[in-house]
Amino acid sequence: MSPGHYLVLSALLFTIGGVGVLVRRNAIVVFMCVELMLNATNLAFVSFARMHGNLDGQLIAFFVMVVAAAEVVVGLAIIMTIFRTRRSSSVDDANLLKY
Amino acid sequence: MSAGVHIIAAPGDIPAPHIEYGQLAPMLIVFGVAVLGVLVEALAGRPWRYRIQVPLAFAGLLAAFVWTIVLAWRHEPFHVAAMGALGVDGPTLFLQGTILVLALVSLLLIAERSAAHFTAQASALPGSEAEQQSMSAGITQTEIFPLMMFAVGGMLMFPASNDLLTMFVALEVLSLPLYLLCGLARRRRLLSQEAAVKYFLLGAFSSAFFLYGAALLYGYAGSVRLSDISAQAGQGAGGETLLLAGIALLSVGLLFKLGAVPFHMWKPDVYQGAPTPITALMASCTLVSAFGALLRVYYVGFETLRWDWRPAMWGVAIITMVVGAVVAITQTDIKRMLAYSSIAHAGFLLTGVVATSRQGLSGTLFYLAAYGFTTIGAFAVVTMVRDAGGEAAHLSRWAGLGRRSPVIAGVFAFFLLAMAGIPLTSGFTGKFAVFSAAVDGGATPLVVVGVLASAIAAFFYVRVIVVMFFSDPEADGPSVVVSPATATAVALGLTVTVVLGVLPQPVLDLAGTAASQMFVR
Repeated sequence: MSPGHYLVLSALLFTIGGVGVLVRRNAIVVFMCVELMLNATNLAFVSFARMHGNLDGQLIAFFVMVVAAAEVVVGLAIIMTIFRTRRSSSVDDANLLKY
Repeated sequence: MSAGVHIIAAPGDIPAPHIEYGQLAPMLIVFGVAVLGVLVEALAGRPWRYRIQVPLAFAGLLAAFVWTIVLAWRHEPFHVAAMGALGVDGPTLFLQGTILVLALVSLLLIAERSAAHFTAQASALPGSEAEQQSMSAGITQTEIFPLMMFAVGGMLMFPASNDLLTMFVALEVLSLPLYLLCGLARRRRLLSQEAAVKYFLLGAFSSAFFLYGAALLYGYAGSVRLSDISAQAGQGAGGETLLLAGIALLSVGLLFKLGAVPFHMWKPDVYQGAPTPITALMASCTLVSAFGALLRVYYVGFETLRWDWRPAMWGVAIITMVVGAVVAITQTDIKRMLAYSSIAHAGFLLTGVVATSRQGLSGTLFYLAAYGFTTIGAFAVVTMVRDAGGEAAHLSRWAGLGRRSPVIAGVFAFFLLAMAGIPLTSGFTGKFAVFSAAVDGGATPLVVVGVLASAIAAFFYVRVIVVMFFSDPEADGPSVVVSPATATAVALGLTVTVVLGVLPQPVLDLAGTAASQMFVR
């Protein structure tokens, strides 16, 4: 398989993640879709690193993983607090602020 | 980033990177203070924490600011630092100085103890017994200070980052603490938590776009350094699709942070729900930092492609100005109205970016400094007007404030007039600087739209003034609570707004000098 195929896969995963963020209602699932987008990005970085023959892309993938882990910590904390208050993690229920 | 190549060449022999600690000291001081703050939380007893955290945060910001001035004073030729990862140059030092001063003023609001903006215990459910207990025990959440210092450190790094990886890390370091800080309001906690969830989900979504854009640009240029991308694009090397798609996705992430229009939906919600001192911090420091990063990316990385990105940026600037100004008219919540006003101002600032000239850069720098002080002052006044349920957020509650406390109402009216851009205020000088740069840069239609949008914006600013001065006060209307720290913040905002309106030349010269060498690459 050429690196090009991995890029197509990465674009597909990124799109699935993006559509998921837009259509899903559960905050946890929305967040998982964001993580899917970040992982699609990692795949793109690694494939491009292979195509260019330098290691920059692979290094960047490590940074992205660390940042994504930090984001999980903060994100789950925020989603937990609102779930405990409202007994719901649906993003449609959080509708006090609008227009 | 060239370390990777060396690993291939000689395994086991990794050369140590050369770091210019002197140039990076402002960022290192702020991050160091943030880490110390975490240690204080872990080791100091509860009664001591507030007393240690506040002086520590003030000292750290002040030391970083003094160091920034020293760096700018030395007049050494600028070059990239930390193996090309960070560029500490004229515009960056100006932006970092601005961010540090604005953070000091915001810290006055955040450290305000008598008003108690923050929840006693974030984990206690709103309305529960645990919340009652923690409130009556008089607990204050001092984690605010290290979180704020981490955010400020990220804000200092964001406009300085010279490659897209550093920029992404800085973006996350500035955003993650802000997501948390948004959810920590003491009153109206449901709104606050909702603001935090919305800001977090949308912020994470937009940073994924930023990162995919960075990946595509890496695929195009084989490097994430802005100067390498610029050089590759200048040669017109193939893969135009990758380049343009990369620019588009990267711009989504950057424009989200400034709240430019197709990506502005978070701004009113978050500004309204967040504790007001945090709103002041976001409306001033985050905006300055995000514009700094946008300027660097477009002036260094995509410099040779300006014919490709300028039309898109024109469109974004026009709809940002118009939507911000028009939607603000219908708002009834004072913080939400200021949020839409902030969106409109992001549009005015984008006209300076579109100019792509030295004049546009210096005008944008001046506007950012001037607007930052005005907006902090305005939010500081919002924290002072209080009733039984906390801040009097609804506009109708502000009726007749001019009769009850003429000074505070007068100061707020002055801030609103400055945002509207009335002559003899800093807002006028700033708008004049960016609009004249845009006209010189050939963007006259954009300036016409900008002036029209300013006129629409003036309408809703004046409406608030009319409500405050020309309507009868309610019987149980809000009272004005003046406390020393908040009053100092208002006074500082007012002084800078007046001085930059009456005597703008020294700061205009400073911005001009800062912009004279443009960005390093």
